[in-house]
Amino acid sequence: MINFQYLRTTSVKSAIALLLKDKNSKFIAGGTNLIDLMKRGVSAPEKLIDINHVPLKQIELVGNNIVIGALASNTAVAENALIKDKLPLLAMALNAGASAQLRNVATVGGNMMQRTRCGYFYDTEMPCNKRQPGSGCGAVGGFNRMHAIFGTSDKCIAVHPSDMCIALVALDAVVVLANSKGERKISFKDFHRLAGDTPQLDNNLKADEMIIRLEIPVNNLAKNSHYLKVRDRASYAFALVSVAAGMEISNNKITDIRLAMGGVAHKPWRLTASENFLKGKKATIENFEQAAKLAMADAKGYGENNFKLQMAPNTIIEALNVAKSKA
Amino acid sequence: MNNQILKDENDRVDGVYKVTGKAKYFAEYELPGLTYGVLVTSTITKGKILSLDTKAAEKAPGVISVLSHLNKPSAPAYEQEGGPAMKIFYTDKIFFNGQPIAIVVANTFERATYAASLVKATYAKEEFNTDFEKAVNDTESKKLQGQPDYKRGVENAYKTAEVVVEQKYHLPIETHNPMELHGIIADWHPNNQVTVYAKTQGVKATQGTIANVFKIPIENIQVKSEFVGGGFGMALRTWPLEIATVMASKHIGKPVKIMITRMQMFTMVGNRPAAIQTIGLGANKDGTLTGITHRAFGETSVYENFTEGVVNMAKFMYQCDNVNTQYTVVPVDLGVPIWMRGPGEATGAFALESAIDEMAHALNMDPLEFRIKNDPERDQQRNKPFSDKNIKEAYRVGSQKIGWSERKNKPGSLVDGQLKTGYGVSIGVFNANRGRASVKGTLKADGSLILQSATSDIGPGTGTGMTLIASKLLGIPVNKIKFELGDSSLPPAPSQGGSATLSTVGSAVNDVCVSLKSTIAELAANSNMDATSNFIDVLKKNNLPSIEVTKQSQAGKERDDYSMYSFSIHFVKVKVHSLTGVVKVDKIVSVGDSGTIVSPKTARSQMVGGAVGGVGMALTEESILDHRYGRYINNNFADYHVPVNADIPEIEVHFINKPDPYINPMGAKGMGEIALIGFSAAVANAVFNATGKRIRTLPITPDKILATS
Repeated sequence: MINFQYLRTTSVKSAIALLLKDKNSKFIAGGTNLIDLMKRGVSAPEKLIDINHVPLKQIELVGNNIVIGALASNTAVAENALIKDKLPLLAMALNAGASAQLRNVATVGGNMMQRTRCGYFYDTEMPCNKRQPGSGCGAVGGFNRMHAIFGTSDKCIAVHPSDMCIALVALDAVVVLANSKGERKISFKDFHRLAGDTPQLDNNLKADEMIIRLEIPVNNLAKNSHYLKVRDRASYAFALVSVAAGMEISNNKITDIRLAMGGVAHKPWRLTASENFLKGKKATIENFEQAAKLAMADAKGYGENNFKLQMAPNTIIEALNVAKSKA
Repeated sequence: MNNQILKDENDRVDGVYKVTGKAKYFAEYELPGLTYGVLVTSTITKGKILSLDTKAAEKAPGVISVLSHLNKPSAPAYEQEGGPAMKIFYTDKIFFNGQPIAIVVANTFERATYAASLVKATYAKEEFNTDFEKAVNDTESKKLQGQPDYKRGVENAYKTAEVVVEQKYHLPIETHNPMELHGIIADWHPNNQVTVYAKTQGVKATQGTIANVFKIPIENIQVKSEFVGGGFGMALRTWPLEIATVMASKHIGKPVKIMITRMQMFTMVGNRPAAIQTIGLGANKDGTLTGITHRAFGETSVYENFTEGVVNMAKFMYQCDNVNTQYTVVPVDLGVPIWMRGPGEATGAFALESAIDEMAHALNMDPLEFRIKNDPERDQQRNKPFSDKNIKEAYRVGSQKIGWSERKNKPGSLVDGQLKTGYGVSIGVFNANRGRASVKGTLKADGSLILQSATSDIGPGTGTGMTLIASKLLGIPVNKIKFELGDSSLPPAPSQGGSATLSTVGSAVNDVCVSLKSTIAELAANSNMDATSNFIDVLKKNNLPSIEVTKQSQAGKERDDYSMYSFSIHFVKVKVHSLTGVVKVDKIVSVGDSGTIVSPKTARSQMVGGAVGGVGMALTEESILDHRYGRYINNNFADYHVPVNADIPEIEVHFINKPDPYINPMGAKGMGEIALIGFSAAVANAVFNATGKRIRTLPITPDKILATS
C-alpha cells in the first residue's frame, strides 16, 4: 500500500478548498470503487478528503423538482417513499446495481463518478488508454464481451458501469456542481463524456468542482416505467445491456417517453431517435420494434460483443412491453 | 468444541463456532513476532528472468527480507537434481503468467504489499500459448496420453448404428474460488522444528511435503488446520507459495504468514482444466444403446502433468457392449490444474449426459425412459456386480418431485409470453472410495468420549458425521462427544478428497466404538456387573478415569468382489427468456443414492452446495484469458460469476438412504462429488427442452442462447 493522507471535512466550502490545495487529492464518500482502484494501483491519490460528513443527504420535493443530495446513499434513495412514488424508474435502477452491502455505503455522487469495470483498465500490466493515455486499448481485439457498441473510438471501447445513471439520463436530471466561485448546473446527459481522443476523462467535472445535488423534474412516467437489466447472473453483475423505459400513455397513445440504455456506451446512452419516433404513436409491439430498430442505427460490434447488436434491441422491446403492461 | 449449545442432535457440531466467528482459520493465528509475506509474480508468460532488482524493496520501511532465485533460500531437496520442474526460487524459468518469482517479508501486510510493488524484473520473453482450443487443434502441438485407451467390443461401433449422435462439447477453465483465500503460516523454530497453520485438505500431506522438500524428519513438523473456508480440491496439494513461506520462515527465523490475493487465486493454486470432448452414441431404433465412444482432450501445464477421470463414466454407466474411450492431455503455458469438485467426472458427465439427451431426442424418446432402458444390472467394465445401486428408484422419486409429467418431449412446447419452460435430467456417478485411517477413542468416566484423527473438514461436516456414528453405536449423546481433527500429530488419516472421508475415517470411528463397547462389556463381566451396565458405572467400579483405544481401518476383499459407486440424479426446471436469452433455474431436485445417510443435515447441505456449484458450472463460471498476453481478465469476484442467492431457486434434496451392504460397517458412501457431477448437463438438457437450442459450450450465458438458432 502506498501511504496517503486522510482528511475529513464537514462543509462544501472547505471540501473544495482542500481539493484545490493539492492537485493529487480525491474526495472519498462510500469508496466502493476508489478503494479498489487504489488497491489495484490504478489510482494513487496522496490525499483522501472524506466528505461523508458534509450535509448533502437530502431527498425532497422542492417546487417542481425532486432534489437528491450527492451524499444520499444508493439504498436511501432506492428506499425513499417519494422516490418510489414519483421516480420508480430510479429506484428500480438503483436496486439493479451492485449488492445490498455496496448500495448501503455507495452514494449518488460516487455512483456518477465510478470508473469503468473494463479488465484492461484494472490490470496495470495491460495496455489501456484510459488508465495510461497512449498505451493502447487492450479491449479492441481482446476480450470485449462487456464493451461498447455506440459512440466508440479506436482509443477506448469501455462502457460506463452505472445503472442509476441510466435512469437519471432518462429522467432529464440536472447535476448541480459547486466550485470555489459558486454553483453551476449541467444537464445529466452532458455530464459524462464519450471516449473520443481523451478516454482518460469520464466526465465534464472540472478539477475544482464537487457534485452537490441532483434536480429531477417531476413527470407522469411513474406508472409505466421499467428498468430492465440483462446480465450474466441475477444480482451483483454489471449489465450486458440495460434499458430504462418510461412512458406516459393516454388513450393508448404515448404522450411522453424516455428511453436510455446502459452497458452499451462510454456514457449513459439516451435513445432520442426512438423517443421521437414513439411520441404520439400507439403503444404497440410493432411500434416498439420499430423504435428498437431506430436505436441501433449507429451500433457497431467488436467481435465478442456482437451479440449486443441483437440483445440491445430485444431488451428495448421487452422493457417497453413490461412498462406498458404495468397497471 | 462445546456441544452444549446444540439444538438438535443432527446440527453441525461446529455450526455455532462458524456463525459466531469463534472458528479459527489458519490466517487468524496471531503468533508472537509474526511477519507477513507478499509474493511478486511474473508479468510475462514464458521465458527467463534476466534481472531482478530488489534493492528498493529491501530498503522500504518494515521490510525484513526479499527472497528469490538470486539468494536461493535453503531447501535441500531443491538443491538436488530431479524433482519438480518448477522449483520455486531455484529456477529463473517462467512457466506461466503470475508465477511467484520472489517473496517480500515485512513487519506488516501493507508494507510487504508496497515493497513487493517495488521489485522490478526484466525478462527474456519466449513465444507462448495459453489457448487450449488452439493447442488441441494444432497438429504440431504436444499431446500426451492421459489414461490408457479403453475398448470393449467393437471400436466406434456407434458409427454404423441405426441412430447416430456425434457431438463435440467444450468446457472452459473454471477456478475453485472458495471464500477463504489460500495461504499458510510457517514457524520454523531452532533445531529444525516447524509449526504450520495451513489451509489444507490434508494435514498429513502438507506435513509430508514439507519434510521432503526440507529434508527434516516428519515428526519435526506439526501441521494444524482445524477449520478450512472451502477447498473444492484446490487445497489438495502443497503449492510452491507454501514452500516459499516455509523457506522464508527458515531464512529469517520468524513466523511468516502469507495469504494470497483473489487475483493470485486464479494463477497459482490450480483450476478445473478446460476440456474438449467428442461423444459418439449409437442406438437401435427401439432405444437400445449399441455403441459409446468418448474422446476427451484435457488441459495440462508444460511443467507438470495433470490428469483426471474425464472418460471414466462412459465405461460402465450404461448397458452397452461396444465402448471405447480415449483421453489426451494437452499442455499450455498456464499454472498446473488440480481437481475441482466432481473433478474429471463432472467434466465428462456434461458431455456424456448431454449426448444421452441428444440421443433420446433423436429417438423421440423421453430421456428418462431412455436412461432406464439402458440402465445396467452389472458393471460391464469390471465385470462385477454393483455393491448397491438404486437408480431406478431415484429416477422415480426425482421425476415425481420435479413434476416430470408436466414436461413435453417436443422442445419449446411450454411457452408463456416470452418465457419458455423446460425440464432436464442427468445422472452423476463417482467411485465410492474407502481408504485407510486411524482413530483414537478415549472414553471417560465423566460420560464423555473424545475421538481423534488427522483428517480434515473443508466444509462437509466431518466432525458432525463422526460424532453421529459414535453416538449411534455407543448411545452417548452427541453433546458428550468431541471429534478432534486437523492436526498432523493425531492418528493418521488421508486427505479430504474424492468423497472418501466418511467411508474411510467413519469406519475407523466405528471400529473404535465397537472395541470400546466390548472392553466395557469385559470390564463389566469381570467386575460382576450386568452386561448392559452404563459405561460410566463400569469405569467407576473399576476405578478407571478412562479407557482408550486406537484402531486402523481399511477396506478388505469386498472391493475385489463388488463395484462400488455413489449415484445422483439431478432434475432441473428452467425458464428461458426468448428476447434476452436469460436462463433462470426455476426448481432443482437432486436425489442421492449413496448408501446410508449418517448425517442428514450435512448430507443435505452437501447436495445443496453441489447444486449451487452446478448452476455456476452450467450458467456462469468461466475463467477468461487474453491469449495475447496470457493473463486472466476476469480474475475477481465481480467478473468471475459464481451464482448468487438470486440465481438459486428452491432446491429439494432426497436420499434413497439404503445401506450399501458391502462398503463399510455403516453402509455409507461419499457424496461430495456426486452432488455436482452431471448437474450442468441437466441444466443444458432443460434449456434444450425449453427452447430447442442445444448449447454444447459452457457456461450457457444469455449471448449463447441468442446466438443459437
